Amino acid sequence: MISRNSLLGRFGRHYPAVAGITLLAAVTAMALLAPVLFPQGPWRMVGRPQLWPGADPRFPLGTDILGRDLLACLFYGARVSLLIGLSATLAATLVGTMIGAAAGFFGGKVDRWLMGFTEIFQTTPPFVLAVVVVAAFTPSLTSIIIAISLVSWPPLARLVRAQFLQLMPREFVLAGIVMGMSNTRLIVTQLLPNAITPIIVSSSLMIASAILLEAGLAFLGLGDPNAMSWGYMIGVGREVLRTDWYITTIPGLAVLLAVLAINLVGEGLNDALNPRSRNR
Amino acid sequence: MSRNAQDLIRFVLRRLIQSLPILLGIATINFLFVNLAPGDAADVLAGEAGAASPEFMAALRERYGLDQPFYVQFLVYMGKLLTFDLGYSFRFSRPVTELLLGTLGPTLLLMSTAILFACSMGVFLGVLAARCVNRWPDYLISVGALIAYATPVFWLGLMMIVLFSVKLGWLPSSGMQTIGAGYTGWRKIGDVALHLIMPATVLGMYLTAFQVRLIRASMLEIGEQDFVTTARSKGLSEQTIAYRHVLRNAILPMVTMVGLQVGAILGGSVLIETVFAWPGLGRLAYNAVFQRDLNLLLGLLFLCSIMVVVTNILTEVAYRLIDPRIPLK
Repeated sequence: MISRNSLLGRFGRHYPAVAGITLLAAVTAMALLAPVLFPQGPWRMVGRPQLWPGADPRFPLGTDILGRDLLACLFYGARVSLLIGLSATLAATLVGTMIGAAAGFFGGKVDRWLMGFTEIFQTTPPFVLAVVVVAAFTPSLTSIIIAISLVSWPPLARLVRAQFLQLMPREFVLAGIVMGMSNTRLIVTQLLPNAITPIIVSSSLMIASAILLEAGLAFLGLGDPNAMSWGYMIGVGREVLRTDWYITTIPGLAVLLAVLAINLVGEGLNDALNPRSRNR
Repeated sequence: MSRNAQDLIRFVLRRLIQSLPILLGIATINFLFVNLAPGDAADVLAGEAGAASPEFMAALRERYGLDQPFYVQFLVYMGKLLTFDLGYSFRFSRPVTELLLGTLGPTLLLMSTAILFACSMGVFLGVLAARCVNRWPDYLISVGALIAYATPVFWLGLMMIVLFSVKLGWLPSSGMQTIGAGYTGWRKIGDVALHLIMPATVLGMYLTAFQVRLIRASMLEIGEQDFVTTARSKGLSEQTIAYRHVLRNAILPMVTMVGLQVGAILGGSVLIETVFAWPGLGRLAYNAVFQRDLNLLLGLLFLCSIMVVVTNILTEVAYRLIDPRIPLK
């Protein structure tokens, strides 16, 4: 049985988080099942163009301006959104943690230089920088992931640094130093495990903003031309917005629900992992 | 001139000088992008002219200094930046600076309206939520904020066009003024205001959500302090207490939030201006992306960074004006 105060128990009593995880499971299932349910891929013209949802039972969500099945596009879009969201977050978390950890651990000159470097990236508006990076290196999954992680790591670096600054004067760290632990060992075995909670929480929220960034890029025509994504679908639907607005509405709702799900899970994680905010 | 004003001017100048290294860093990154990106300006020009002989390409490279060593190009680039020369847009056949300054006005108008809207809406809803804490208006507002965080702004803009322009016909769907109407004076201002409603609302949405949460939290926190109890015991109405006593103390974090979010708003305006065909920096960015005009994009990035730096200095000045006890760091 799950005890009331265990991690799972606390998470489970947080109803919005449970709703979030259910939604997220649905999106993940969409991403995984896309090639099984729609083996012909999302790009094939399968029916009459601009069929409204429900007009033809073969296409429950209708077809777009090129006669592509919107449901299939939606399923394949989930793959792209999750893939980009997860990989960009992973890369940004690694970079942010390394820079923040180095700044907090070594302090002094290293800290000043690294934080100056971070401030440069915090001053440039994230989305504009992402646009420039993808436009400069032609749009592809790799360049999009690089661009999104490039604009996402600075807040995390600041967070990790702040955590490290708090932990550095603590006794267990001092004990480690006296024992002659190497810097790497101190960071990896003593400091990081104690700073991991806020890193997990803000990384989970970062997935959501990465998905929003990707949708924005794809909408501007900066998506991978070989990957069907929700942002691209919104951009396509825009051309017939006045008559067939459902082509735009459906993928937008998908982005909204996916991002909402991740935000809910992130907040649930925060409440479950953060004892101070318990029983609020 | 009063001492206070002198202090303020000295502070602004000092902060401007302090931000120079950051701007220098951004310029360096810009330069690296130009050189890391595949192809150079000569390739672009040659592509424009169709086929080009190697001799022609070499002549082009010489003319634009592209045959110089890396560090020389870097120094030349920096020297040009100092005079705010951001290079030449080969696609628009005009200097980048000229293009940017020509579209800066509409963007500033859009952004300031969005920020103003977000702050007033945030105050109104935040105060409402705090006064009805844990009752249905509070829940409704919290859920609304949660959904606002998750909504792609450009999509919301498109949906509003469908509702308010296509279905209801209340608001114009694109541009900054009615083309060919030739309005002047107040009519013109009214016309622009009508065009401004949708893009400014959508652009301000994230900031509104942030402000609502912030105002609600600080209202609840400050509402428990002694001076509020005093005000209540004097028999002041809850309305007066909320807006005259509590809110004043919640203004500072609000200003901070604007400073923190200005970069995100600038990014959002690229999308929003594209959706609403607003003739500002954002739409220029979209055209630059569409035409792969890297010089123009980098100039834009640089100008946007300057705008963020300036806003951050302005927020600190605002602190001082709102609360004279805060020392200028």
